[in-house]
Amino acid sequence: MSDVFRKEVRFSGSGGQGLILDGIVLARAGVLDKFKVTQTQSYGPESRGGSSRADTIISEGDIFYPEAQNIDILIALTQTACDKFIYEMKEDGVLIVDNNLVKNISVSIGKIYEEPFTEITLEKLGTELPTNIVVLSFMVKITKLVTEKSLEQAICDSVKPMHKELNIKAMNLGFEIAKKYL
Amino acid sequence: MTKEKKEQVVKKEKKEQAVENLQEEEVILEDNRKVVLMQGNEAVARGALAAGLDFYAGYPITPSTEIAEILSEELPKIGGKFIQMEDEIASICAIIGASLAGAKAMTATSGPGFSLMQEGIGFAKATETPCVVVDVQRGGVSTGLPTKPSQGDIMQSKWGSHGDNPAIVLYPHTVKECYELAIRAINLSEKYRTCVTLLLDEVLGHMREAVRLPDISNVRIINRLRPTVPPEWYKHYDENQKYLSPVASYGEGYRFHVTGLAHDSQGFPTNKANEVAAQMKRLKRKITHNIRDLVQIESYMMEDANIAIFAVGICARSAKAAIKAAREDGIQVGLLRPITIWPFPDDAVRKMLRDVDIIIVPELNEGQLITELHRLTKDKADGKIIPIQRSDGEMITPTHILRVIKEAH
Repeated sequence: MSDVFRKEVRFSGSGGQGLILDGIVLARAGVLDKFKVTQTQSYGPESRGGSSRADTIISEGDIFYPEAQNIDILIALTQTACDKFIYEMKEDGVLIVDNNLVKNISVSIGKIYEEPFTEITLEKLGTELPTNIVVLSFMVKITKLVTEKSLEQAICDSVKPMHKELNIKAMNLGFEIAKKYL
Repeated sequence: MTKEKKEQVVKKEKKEQAVENLQEEEVILEDNRKVVLMQGNEAVARGALAAGLDFYAGYPITPSTEIAEILSEELPKIGGKFIQMEDEIASICAIIGASLAGAKAMTATSGPGFSLMQEGIGFAKATETPCVVVDVQRGGVSTGLPTKPSQGDIMQSKWGSHGDNPAIVLYPHTVKECYELAIRAINLSEKYRTCVTLLLDEVLGHMREAVRLPDISNVRIINRLRPTVPPEWYKHYDENQKYLSPVASYGEGYRFHVTGLAHDSQGFPTNKANEVAAQMKRLKRKITHNIRDLVQIESYMMEDANIAIFAVGICARSAKAAIKAAREDGIQVGLLRPITIWPFPDDAVRKMLRDVDIIIVPELNEGQLITELHRLTKDKADGKIIPIQRSDGEMITPTHILRVIKEAH
């Protein structure tokens, strides 16, 4: 609507993939970078196994409507989520998918990044649990939406101390995967 | 220092420390105020604690559960009490009892629980017992849509309890306002000795937002007036000129009777017309004589507006986004937002009805706020007031409001 910096990010997939945590971590990092931030998410049965989504809006101006309407950055970790939300994206938006889980991308979008995030995470870290942080960190490295320092701080603030080390490794793995695109 | 006083000092210190401990993920700005990422429900809980909440009794219900969750952790740390009751009827009764014993007491619920609490709410109002009920509204009739937004309890928050009871109802639209209005709700309940309702939208209760919290030492806290007379002179309902009277707590040596029946100044049941009339007058006038203190509104870009949007809560946020877009197209549109919805801001609404050509009323129900506008205008049939109503669990988007603005322009 105007020239003020404003980005709408949607994390989507199925319940249990840690997408809502991604939304919260990104929002925390946005606060650390002194942006205005809102974070909303789907509640109800879908957050316990069905399709799940989390929206984070990061802006220099006031954010009135708190849900993403013209998505700048979409992260889709299931085919259903990708099919459903791709139509809510801006034409020049950034789409990030796990290409083992999302096979068809039905619309052409500004930038598409396809990586087997879940597989790489399992291979490098021995567990696929922190795939959400790998994808989030990949996105931050590519888009520079928030600073890496704030992202790291936000991850540390959001996960239990015992999981900190694994998640920082996941962050670095995300940065690593992004390197070939920079 | 007596043992009791020592305990009070320790309790106060504990409370101050607990409030400091709350600010964990803070960013210190240059002006030393703190920015935190916070959920609306969390802000309500933190605000209530800042206002001096001592006691919470509740029965968890989506979308209000986080309020109970946080207070169950935080209240014991400051020597407060948290009780999970067997249902909402017991919850409202428990907070009334706690308040009569001197505590600042609150409960939180959603529509189905709010319905169950109505009898207790009426009792709190009739017995002039300070307490706060938070209703995080969910969609639908009956158990409806637990995880979806609605503004369906606007009229219930005024008329839900039988009889002509006074209503003070506050309605935030940002997470920061959740914090501020939780403080204000407790303050007003103490000041006016009544049950105050804080109405939230589900979206607001659950959303996280970057909030710059006020410096805790600058927060104004109001405590109920205490009797200054010896116990034998004490009247439980003794009004001063503003219809606000001191209140003793149980266990302090002051004797009084508490009943939902019409009562005299000592609290004993009466059906003498003059005594009943005095009670009814007091209940009414504590609102009508204090309208200026109670009513708060936000006027957003209304100075030159010929189209006004009248909305509360999340709909006001959609309205602001629509106004910003419409203004870029040169349309002079503004927003009038009641922050206190009951008592209704009659004067501000009358002025709006005079000043603008078109009023758009977006609300997540089938027409509740709009009926108040109809009450204040004679020409409701001439198309001046345009409703946007939605009760399917989805939000009214800025795009929708913008389309209606452009059609009306």
